[in-house]
Amino acid sequence: MPVGLWLVVVAMAATMVTGSALAQGEQPTDDEVNAVANGLYCPVCENIPLDVCPTQACIQWRDTIRDKLAQGWSEEQIHQYFVGQYGDRVLATPPATGLNWLIYLLPPAAFIVGAVILVGVVRSWRMPPQLASKPVGEVAEDPYLEKVEEELRRRD
Amino acid sequence: MIEGIGYAALVLSFVLALYSAGAAAYGARRGKPELIESARRAMLLSWPMISVAALAIVLLLVGARYDIAYVAKVTSNSMPTYLKITALWGGQAGSLIFWSWLLATFASAVALRKWDRDRDLLPWVIVVSMITLAFFLSLSVFVENPFSRLWITADGGQATAFFQPEGARAAAPLDGQGLNPLLRHPGMIIHPPMLYLGFVAFVIPYAFAIAALITGRSDDRWIRVTRRWTLVAWLFLALGLILGGRWAYDVLGWGGYWGWDPVEIAAFMPWLAGTAFLHSVMVQEKKGMLKHWNMLLIILTYSLVLFGTFLTRSGVLSSVHAFAQSAIGPMFFAFIGISFVVSLWLLLRRWDDLRGVNQINSMVSRESLFLLNNFLFIMILAVCFLGVIFPLASELFTGQTVTVGPEWYERILGPLFAGLLLLMGVAPLSAYGSSSWRRLGKQLWIPVAISLAVPAVLLITGMRSTAALLGYWLATLVAVVTLYEFWRGASARGRRHGERLPVALVRLAGRNRRRYGGYVIHLGVVLMAFGIIGIEIFQTETQGTLARGEQLTLGRYVMVFDGLTRFITEDGREVSRAEVSVYKDGRSVGKLFPRQDFYRAQNQPMTIPGVRSTLEEDFYVLLVGWEPIGQDGATFKVFHNPLVNFVWWGGAVFILGTLVAAWPERETEPARRRVAHAQTLPAGD
Repeated sequence: MPVGLWLVVVAMAATMVTGSALAQGEQPTDDEVNAVANGLYCPVCENIPLDVCPTQACIQWRDTIRDKLAQGWSEEQIHQYFVGQYGDRVLATPPATGLNWLIYLLPPAAFIVGAVILVGVVRSWRMPPQLASKPVGEVAEDPYLEKVEEELRRRD
Repeated sequence: MIEGIGYAALVLSFVLALYSAGAAAYGARRGKPELIESARRAMLLSWPMISVAALAIVLLLVGARYDIAYVAKVTSNSMPTYLKITALWGGQAGSLIFWSWLLATFASAVALRKWDRDRDLLPWVIVVSMITLAFFLSLSVFVENPFSRLWITADGGQATAFFQPEGARAAAPLDGQGLNPLLRHPGMIIHPPMLYLGFVAFVIPYAFAIAALITGRSDDRWIRVTRRWTLVAWLFLALGLILGGRWAYDVLGWGGYWGWDPVEIAAFMPWLAGTAFLHSVMVQEKKGMLKHWNMLLIILTYSLVLFGTFLTRSGVLSSVHAFAQSAIGPMFFAFIGISFVVSLWLLLRRWDDLRGVNQINSMVSRESLFLLNNFLFIMILAVCFLGVIFPLASELFTGQTVTVGPEWYERILGPLFAGLLLLMGVAPLSAYGSSSWRRLGKQLWIPVAISLAVPAVLLITGMRSTAALLGYWLATLVAVVTLYEFWRGASARGRRHGERLPVALVRLAGRNRRRYGGYVIHLGVVLMAFGIIGIEIFQTETQGTLARGEQLTLGRYVMVFDGLTRFITEDGREVSRAEVSVYKDGRSVGKLFPRQDFYRAQNQPMTIPGVRSTLEEDFYVLLVGWEPIGQDGATFKVFHNPLVNFVWWGGAVFILGTLVAAWPERETEPARRRVAHAQTLPAGD
């Protein structure tokens, strides 16, 4: 066969091989799509993460994610794209903007405030050490009454 | 005809509940015991009335009376009879009746007990339980009437009403919509009744607590009387939650058992308050302390029970605005608000009377640790509440709604649950009264040293997750301490009575059921903790589309798609069933059959996973329903869930422990018999 024809065949084969390799390299796997979808919630269904939502709309959204991943978008960029389209509720955790700071601030604040109150209250309850040696028993002083209480307690 | 009798019985029971509450309150205020007795009888009579109403609904459901709106909504010709019966709680109207029926049952049981010692509490217990019952009945009588019929109006539209609208004629559909396929699973059949049993049973300790507040009693009588009620309520609530998780894992098709969904949290919150209450009352009984806490906790539990029912029934979770579409939402909101405010007001009135008898002497005394326990549970509760409320508040105040997902909950609650685990390990070794860090340390250092072996081994074998290492260490610590408590008690008893260890153990637990039942529950929690840490931190997944003969790999597992069969079942489901071969480390471990059932009538698919379960892990295979399914290609989603079965086995141990704790103790011989026996003995003995 003439050298020219060989060259063409080799060139074509090379293009096909590299072409398909490129195409396969660009096609995101289901796992990669799910990883991005996991950080998003279905914009229309109630409280269903995007990677498990079975509706037609969610199928299309996951395809959108696949396309964007193939184009080289990062997870953050894709999340922001969905936020732009459908609002903050598509994110699995509220963005730390505006009033949403409350949901990140309140729990640790409540814990600290509560702990301080608790320690303060317990400290004020504590008996001074010299009295601590004498145990304050339960209410009944009369031994007979105590026996009656004990007997009644056993009957409950 | 049946619906007429049913509705009449419903209205009658509503009237009886109102009368009972009114007569009891009036009789108590004016000192008329005969009115109180009348109120008690009315309370007893409400039960057969509601039973008639509930029975009427069941008869209509089983009798295929599709002219009744509720029947048409939740049953269909293709459903088997047993499912038609369970459809009683398959929809809004029926489950409200079920709730009311349960409350009437419990209230009647309470009315039938011996009241001699607690005459002063009786009227107020009646008032509280009957007002609650009247509220729920009012929802059924006025808003969600289960006996409403379907009508065709003059202009051809459809209407739902109990009484015939002007110009309309009765509709007579030949078939119903049928129960949502998701609700036909055995787990889902039993999950609502279990939860409702738990919810409703908590009304009784609350009623006694309010009665104690109103009558000015500051002792712990109300706690001791309702101890078993509280335990049983808590048992059913826990069972309902565990079953719900199991059901989600089995049929909901996302490979998990808990999604931090607001509806799940709605049932979790009363359980949290109830658990804190269960622990805290021990301190009041032993030391006369934490009385304010106990009142607050039972008030919270009751309010959260109502709130949980409200969240799941009012539509408020789909949107703040959906909640006002039915009158149920606002009615619930009003009742919860009013009852909470009134309860708090009653508590504040008696605040000074409830001052503790004793003081806390040390930060590490047992009563101090119980206080810390209360604090942690309240914090967890507050976090859950914030997470549920925040999206609603955000929508209300900014118009923009947000989603609070599992990541937020796990990040914040993780340390709090770890704190609880630590307490579970430390508190059994603490002592009431005076204690010191040194004394506690002396008790603790051996269990801590032993338990550190576990994270050490895990670290050596390559585990690097700090959270998992910490979690496993704490869980092991709790196990070591709890088992040590068993051993310590049993060997002491064995020495004293000359019994061998196993016998001593059983007798010990039998004599002290609350404590040792509680320790068994703690062991159940340890097992569940192992399982939860395993699946939450180490779960892996993969998804792939396979043609027949192709395979996918996940960790040590390889799965091959062998083939697909399609068939239609008797009850009209279109089933696509895949067959896959599973290999672990190259060796075959069997075949699995994940499938998708499609219910034509509801246009609803259900994915049932194929699961290989061992104690070590689950290999969990889902047929992804929304991709095309055929011989030449089906999409599979595969999970590897380490240690997940510890969650279910731990749950079983948990339930067993609760049964041990709740089992009635054998009565000590009544004094009468002893005296009579002594009298029959010959003189001189």
